[in-house]
Formats: sequence, structure tokens, C-alpha cells
Amino acid sequence: MSTTTIAAIEVELTDDGFLVRPEQWTEDMAPELAMREGIDELTPAHWTVLRYMRSEFFDKGTGPTVRMLGKTSGVSVKELYQLFPKGPAKVAARIAGIPKPRGCI
Amino acid sequence: MADAIEKVSIIISKGSLDGIYPGLILANGARAEGIEANLFFTFFGLDAIHKERHEHIKLATVGNPGLHVPTMLGGLPGVSSAMTMFMSHKMEKLDIPSIPEFIEMIADTGASMYACQASVDLFGLEKNDLIEQVQDIITVGEFYERAAGGEIIFT
Repeated sequence: MSTTTIAAIEVELTDDGFLVRPEQWTEDMAPELAMREGIDELTPAHWTVLRYMRSEFFDKGTGPTVRMLGKTSGVSVKELYQLFPKGPAKVAARIAGIPKPRGCI
Repeated sequence: MADAIEKVSIIISKGSLDGIYPGLILANGARAEGIEANLFFTFFGLDAIHKERHEHIKLATVGNPGLHVPTMLGGLPGVSSAMTMFMSHKMEKLDIPSIPEFIEMIADTGASMYACQASVDLFGLEKNDLIEQVQDIITVGEFYERAAGGEIIFT
């Protein structure tokens, strides 16, 4: 665990970079969190995914897997990997301030 | 923490449902972790990428001790199809995609897919018999070239 400041708010991150308290997240944090993942700019498509991930997390208790994202977020699997090359569910979860989704598909 | 895996090359050599899915889940899971993935289909694994066969993959009900079905029973006509349907139904409820859908999805994630040249020759097939997601028909040596620097998983 480590403590750091994102968008002027002090937050705790897990060892693999996930926000410990999802409720602390604000939209202002996203660009900075994205830069840490090597994503310089968040396009509207990125935001669609981020908002969807948060709503799924608060609705279902866990973030969606890549398959679920591809089926229901409105963004195809192909596009997801173009937006978040290093693993859409994992990276988008970090940027969206929710825990890593668990799931094998 | 140990160094993260950066690339996996997965061989799929079986033609049964239970012989094909593990490799696909490994490939999809790798891509979801940002790991580069190659899939190499050989021997009966070719059925998973064969246009006419990929929708008809069955569960092995004979010589499959893990299934706990007596051999005599498993070999009766229709048992394999019935068990396959049963298994597929259960997988659908868990939102596990069918093999054709899964392979299409895995290709969309950017994984590379190859068919084994020797097996293609053995079964008298051509590139045209294989689904469009297969990039190339390659030899084992060419597979090793593509696998270099990463992990190799045999299924």
C-alpha cells in the first residue's frame, strides 16, 4: 500500500496501483491516473468505459470483465484494446478508481 | 514481486471441448493482463479453427476419467452429443462464450493465431478451410521464433 496525492487529494493505492477507497475518486483524478498508465489523453470513448465501470462496480459490487465490457458498454472488444492496450478491464479499473475485476473471461 | 510475464505462446493440440477451452481461457486471460499472446493450433486442435468443424466440438465421454461416466455408458450413441449440449448449456448460463465466439473475441484482443503446417498437411487442409482469424500456417520452427522470449504453454 502506498499513499499519494492525485488531483490534490491524498489517496491510498494498493501495491498494484488500485485505489483502496473507490468512493474517494473524482473525475478530476482520471487524467492523472491515466497518465500513470501511459494514456496521455482520455477521449469520449475512454470516458464511456470509465463511467460504465464505476456504475457496474457500485451496482454489482465488482467491475466488469473484458467480455462484459465488450457486450454491454457500447465499446467493442477490439476498440477496448485500442483504448487500453495493456488490458482494458484492469487498466480502466485503475483509472476509474475501482478494484480490479475478478473473472476468468 | 516476481517479474511479470510479457508473452505467452499457447499450443492447443486436442479437439474436444475440455481439450480446447483451457488454452482459450489462458489466451484471453493473458490479453486481459496486457500479456502478448500467440495461439498455435496443432493436430486435433485444428478443429477449433476449421470452418466446418468449429461449431461442432464435442465433450470426450470415453476415456475421460474426470467425467466420472463409465466407459460403456460414455460410448453409447448420442451420449457425447447429449453431454456436450448439457455442458454448453451450463457454460452459457455462466456467460462463457462458445468456441467460435470465443476465438473471434480472442482475435479481437490482438492475440495472434496460427495453424500447424505439419497437421494441415496431415489432414489435407488448406488456408481456405480455416477461419479468417488464422493469420498463417507455420512450422514448429517458426512457432519457436514467435515464442522466443516468452512462456510456452502446451495444452
